[in-house]
Amino acid sequence: AGPLALARDLLAEDGEPFFVLNSDVICEFPFAALARFHRQHGGEGSLVVTRVEEPAKYGVVVCEADTGRICRFVEKPRVFVSNKINAGLYIFSPGILQRIQLRPTSIEKEIFPAMAQDGQLYAMELQGFWMDIGQPKDFLTGMCMYLQALRAQHPEKLHSGPGVVGNVLVDPSAKIGANCVIGPNVTIGAGVVVEDGVRIKRCTVLEGARIRSHSWLESCIVGWSCSVGQWVRMENVTVLGEDVIVNDELYLNGANVLPHKSIAESVPEPRIIM
Amino acid sequence: LKAVILIGGPQKGTRFRPLSFEVPKPLFPVAGVPMVQHHIEACAKVPGLKEILLMGFYQPNEALSRFLVSAQQEFKIPIRYLQEYAALGTGGGIYHFRDQILSGGAEAFFVLNADVCSEFPLQEMLEFRQQHGDVHSFVILGTTANRTQALNYGCIVANADTQEVQHYVEKPSTFVSEIINCGIYLFTPAIFQHIGEVFQRNQQELALEESSNGWQRAEVIRLEQDVFTALAGSGKLYVYKTDGFWSQIKSAGSAIYASRLYLNQYSKSHPERLAQNKPGGPVIRGNVYIHPTASVDSTAVLGPNVSIGEGVTVGAGVRVRESIVLHGASLHDHTCVLNTIVGWDSTIGRWARVEGTPSDPNPNDPYAKIDSETLFRDGRLTPSITILGCSVTIPAEVVILNSIVLPHKELSRSYKNQIIL
Repeated sequence: AGPLALARDLLAEDGEPFFVLNSDVICEFPFAALARFHRQHGGEGSLVVTRVEEPAKYGVVVCEADTGRICRFVEKPRVFVSNKINAGLYIFSPGILQRIQLRPTSIEKEIFPAMAQDGQLYAMELQGFWMDIGQPKDFLTGMCMYLQALRAQHPEKLHSGPGVVGNVLVDPSAKIGANCVIGPNVTIGAGVVVEDGVRIKRCTVLEGARIRSHSWLESCIVGWSCSVGQWVRMENVTVLGEDVIVNDELYLNGANVLPHKSIAESVPEPRIIM
Repeated sequence: LKAVILIGGPQKGTRFRPLSFEVPKPLFPVAGVPMVQHHIEACAKVPGLKEILLMGFYQPNEALSRFLVSAQQEFKIPIRYLQEYAALGTGGGIYHFRDQILSGGAEAFFVLNADVCSEFPLQEMLEFRQQHGDVHSFVILGTTANRTQALNYGCIVANADTQEVQHYVEKPSTFVSEIINCGIYLFTPAIFQHIGEVFQRNQQELALEESSNGWQRAEVIRLEQDVFTALAGSGKLYVYKTDGFWSQIKSAGSAIYASRLYLNQYSKSHPERLAQNKPGGPVIRGNVYIHPTASVDSTAVLGPNVSIGEGVTVGAGVRVRESIVLHGASLHDHTCVLNTIVGWDSTIGRWARVEGTPSDPNPNDPYAKIDSETLFRDGRLTPSITILGCSVTIPAEVVILNSIVLPHKELSRSYKNQIIL
C-alpha cells in the first residue's frame, strides 16, 4: 500500500474514487458494478470478494449479509472463519490516503483491519470466475477459466477449424501446421510456429515460440522465443522461461527451466533447471 | 568338422522374460534375424564343416521346426535338433550325444553357446590350433574384459608365448585374469574322455550319498567348472584371443546392444540387410534393418540401431531409435519409441512415448561389457530397456518409461518404472 502514498498527488487530484488491482489475479473485472456499489454505500473503500474452496490460503472476509459492510478481516486464518476471500480488486475514495504512510505497508494486514473497525470497508461478491495466477499451476487453471468465460461471452474470438478441440485462442499471426490437434484450453501467442503433427493440451505458448513437429505438450507454459524440438514430450506444469531450447526427443516432466537454457537431457521427475 | 550350438531350454534364459514366453530365446530376432542364425551363418562359411547340431531341452515346437527347415534350405547344410531329456549342463548334453557328434568320422567340432553375439572367428580358431597346438588340442575363444567385469565370466590365465591355458576359474570372487571365456570352443573327440571322467566321478559321489537328491544327476556336467578347470595346466587346452566384437545376450537390454554390433557388421557382411535413404522412403539414420514386408511411412525417422520386423506398420511422423520392433506390431502416427523392445502384434497409440534406459557398456572403455543388472536395486526397479510383451496395447498420448509390460496387457494410462502384470 506504500506506493499509493507515493502517488498521493495523482490519485487525490480530482477527488474521484480510484481502483486498485492485484495484477496476479484473473476474473471478469466488474468495474462498473464495483463503482456503483461503492458510490451507493459511501464508505471509504470497497473490495471484491469471491467464494473459494480453500480460504486459508488467502485473506478472509467476514461481512454483514445485507449491507456488505465488513466486520472482520483476517489474513490467511488458521481456523475456518468464512469462505469468502479478498479477490484483490479494490476501489477507494481519496480519503483513504490519509491512512497510508510512505513506507512499506501491507494493505491487507494494516489498513483494512482498521477500516473494518471504523465501518468504512464494504465487500461486493464477485460473479463469475476468479483465480490467483501467481503459481504456474494456478495460472493454467485460470487460463482455462478465462477461456470458458470467453466461450460463453465472445465465442467468435476463439479459434476453430480442423484439429481444434474445445476452447483455443490463437493469435492471427501464429502458424499451425498440418495434422495438429490443438486444445482444449490452449492459448497461442503472436508469431508462434507450431509445426506438423503437434498435440497441445492445456498450455500457454508465448510470443515467438516454435514447437517442432510431432511433439506432445500438456499443462505447460512455453516462454517467449522458445524452441521446442521434434518428438518432445512435455507435461505436468513444465515451464520454459524466455529463449529456452529443448533438444529433440526429450521428455520433460514438471521441469521449471530458467531463461536462455539449453536442455539436452530428459527431466523425468519434476525439478528446476538453472 | 561339425558344429554344436547349445540352445538351452525353457528353464534357462529366464532373464529374457517376458520376451521368452512367446519364442524360444535362441530364436529371438537380433538385427533382424533369429539369434542363432548368426551362429549358423558363421558355421556355414567354414569350409569342410559338414553338419550343424542344435542341442537343447526345448520340447519340439513349431517355431523351432520351421526355423530348422528354412535354415537348412537357405544355408544348404544339414541342421538337426537334438533334444536333451533334461537340462544336462553345457557338457552333459554333448557327452550324451557324443556318438551323434562323432558320426561320420568328425575329427573336430565347434561348440557354441547360442546366447552370445560374436564375429565368430571360427576359421581363425582352426588355423590357430594348427600353429599353436596339435591335432588333439582344444581351443577356447577368449576376449578381454575390464578387471571388474571379468569376475562375471570364466577367467583364463594363459602362457604368453604358447597361449596354453594354465588356469581357469568360472566367475571368481577375486581378480584372476582379464581374459574371459566367450562360450565358443573347438574340441576334438578326445574331449569326451575328459567329460567321461567327470561323469564317472559324479556317479561315484552320488552313490556315496545315501539320500537320493532328485535334482542331482550324474549326467549334469558343466564344461566350465568341471572340465576346463581340470584341463588347465595339462597342456591340452589353449586360448585364442580375439579383439572382434563379442557380447553375452542375457537380458532384453543386451539384445538391443547385440543388434547394434551385428548391424554394424552388416555393412561388410550383409549390406543388403541395411536400409538406405531413398526418395519417398523414411529417413534412415545409422544402421537400420527393415523387413521387406514392413510398411513404413515416408515421414518416419528411424535409427540408429533399429530393427523393424515382418509386417510391422510404422505411421506418419514416428521416431524410433535404439529399438527392436517385433513382427506384426503397429506404431501409430507421431509416436516416439526409444530404447524399447516392442512385442509381436503390439500397438502403440498416437503421440505415445515409449522409452527405456540403455544399459550399454561404458563407451570410453574398449573392454567394457554390458552389465547384467539385477532387476531391482534398493527396493526400486532399475531403469532399463522398456519391454512390451506380445499383443500389448498402449493408448494414445501416454508415456511408458523404464517399464516391462507383460503380454496381452491393454494399458489405460501412463506408467514409469513399473512391471505391469
